[in-house]
Amino acid sequence: MADNLLEVKDLRTYFRTEEGVVKAVDGISFNLERGKTLGIVGESGCGKSVTSLSIMRLIPNPPGKIVSGSIVFEGKDLLTKTEKQMRGIRGNDISMIFQEPMTSLNPIMKVGTQISEAILLHQKIGTTDAKKKAIEMLTRVGIPMPEKRMDSYPHQLSGGMRQRVMIAMALSCNSKLLIADEPTTALDVTIQAQIIDLMKKMRSEFGTSIILITHDLGVVSGLADDVVVMYAGKIVEKAAVRDIFKDARHPYTIGLLQSIPRIDQEVERLQAIEGVVPNQQEMPPGCAFYPRCVRATERCRTEAPPLESFDAGKRAVACWNAVKREAITMSDTGNAPMDGGKAK
Amino acid sequence: MKKRKTIFSGAPRLLKVFARHRLGIVGLIALSAFIVIAVLAPVLVRFDPYTMDLEHAFVPAGSGGHLLGTDNFGRDTFSRLAYGARISLLIGIVVVTLAAVVGTILGLLSGYYGGWVDFTVMRLVEVFYSFPFLILVIAVMAILGPSIFNVMWVLGLVHWPSYARLVRGQVLSLRNIEFIQAAKTTGCSDSRIIFRHIMPNTITPIIVQATLGIPGAILSSAALGFLGFGVQQPTPEWGSMVNEGKDYILLNSDMILWPGLCIFLVVLSFNFIGDALRDTLDPRLSKQLK
Repeated sequence: MADNLLEVKDLRTYFRTEEGVVKAVDGISFNLERGKTLGIVGESGCGKSVTSLSIMRLIPNPPGKIVSGSIVFEGKDLLTKTEKQMRGIRGNDISMIFQEPMTSLNPIMKVGTQISEAILLHQKIGTTDAKKKAIEMLTRVGIPMPEKRMDSYPHQLSGGMRQRVMIAMALSCNSKLLIADEPTTALDVTIQAQIIDLMKKMRSEFGTSIILITHDLGVVSGLADDVVVMYAGKIVEKAAVRDIFKDARHPYTIGLLQSIPRIDQEVERLQAIEGVVPNQQEMPPGCAFYPRCVRATERCRTEAPPLESFDAGKRAVACWNAVKREAITMSDTGNAPMDGGKAK
Repeated sequence: MKKRKTIFSGAPRLLKVFARHRLGIVGLIALSAFIVIAVLAPVLVRFDPYTMDLEHAFVPAGSGGHLLGTDNFGRDTFSRLAYGARISLLIGIVVVTLAAVVGTILGLLSGYYGGWVDFTVMRLVEVFYSFPFLILVIAVMAILGPSIFNVMWVLGLVHWPSYARLVRGQVLSLRNIEFIQAAKTTGCSDSRIIFRHIMPNTITPIIVQATLGIPGAILSSAALGFLGFGVQQPTPEWGSMVNEGKDYILLNSDMILWPGLCIFLVVLSFNFIGDALRDTLDPRLSKQLK
């Protein structure tokens, strides 16, 4: 039996707007094992961030509301917790880092004060000890001259430094779960690599589980163990990270993979997925991806495909015409193009 | 010992920017002069501001040791103006502090929580804006009786809505910035987020607004004094001094001239300082204006 830190079951988060109910997250389920990293991948507006905010119970209400489901963290359902209990969990057991390191630190507070604040909120220690702990955290995330940096204001730090400060802050209370919402999107490529390395290091040092929310499959391949692909509020494919890259089944996943440059393949032109995520009001009755799908059939238009497990429950895909491959072993896939179906 | 960096480490630069505003400096000097006079009034004046000397009524400026002459009761005008400065400045500062504190708190709550809190506060603001303030103040004064204390809180009551609106707008633009979300994810309570993370970020426009609000408060109190609903005789208040002087405007215009000039100068100084402060503290705005 896997040791699950987090079990999300049939989570539905809806937003009530003037135009009607927007089902931002519509019945998703996934598990996260202790110490593992789960990548949640999808285009903008597919419900990734709403998922993370739902786990944090920070959905602005109104207009948003978690209408059903359960989020079991360490055996307890977070949805039944009071706001006060949640405050004790946020930043302590579950913490979060954001996309934009420029704006995720308070511009008029010293970084040292901000890290100490997070520590003081959750640990019964004095200001001096909190400060020591903050300096220690800054050292561990690789910030040079941490004592000096304690007294810096965010604008005096570079983007990469700020993201390191955010990570230091997030891990200062030994969080069991770190939700990273596009942690590298706003950074330079070289800095991205550094931050990914840092997150790997922190994961092994602190044993933190990570939910990595991103649209960047490169980041996922570097950091995640398992991947959940989301489209229009639903999970369309679930698999181990290796399987996603070697043997993606859902046309949407394949589309995402084809839209990124790969160093190991000669590609004349990158394939973009035509169109955008459909607006919630004009959501087709069948598969939400149907209007953009190259493999769409009549059935896709009228009937929504369920998420079906295969490979002994290790993988799942929601598609009527999933790209099928005969039982092939991993060694066979070595040189196969990523969209196995087309190659056959 | 290493030099500690504080929020004031930017002060020298700000002073330089401020110094570029000549009018701001002029205002600062003029206001400082008034403050010195107000604080040192008991030492500076030769005559008691309350002592009447009917034999020396309407003495012209400069004669008999009366720097600015005397009024219809023979009281020394300079003494009365000096003591009046205390009252006017005090009223200005207390009224604005009161209004700024009330307005800021209501604005913070209104902007942060939104919904029915916001609705209630904003409708209240609109009611206050649409109500003719003089009639409200006169009504309150008529019921409670005129006194400095009443003038202060009634004017405070009248002035808070502009702060509430200003702060609310600031909060609305700050509320969705990620560091507020980040503060929530570290487990900060609402009050902590409001007062530790949001309020310090709104303080700059409040300071500017308050500086520009003080002359308004002084003018309002002078207007009340002039109408006879403000600070009462024989307390030397500039507005009521103008009121007394109006009866003798043809006989001796000095009586209305000096307190009028004081009001004018103090109000102008505050406005100059406020403008300079706004340009100093909000560089974006000053660039737009140029």
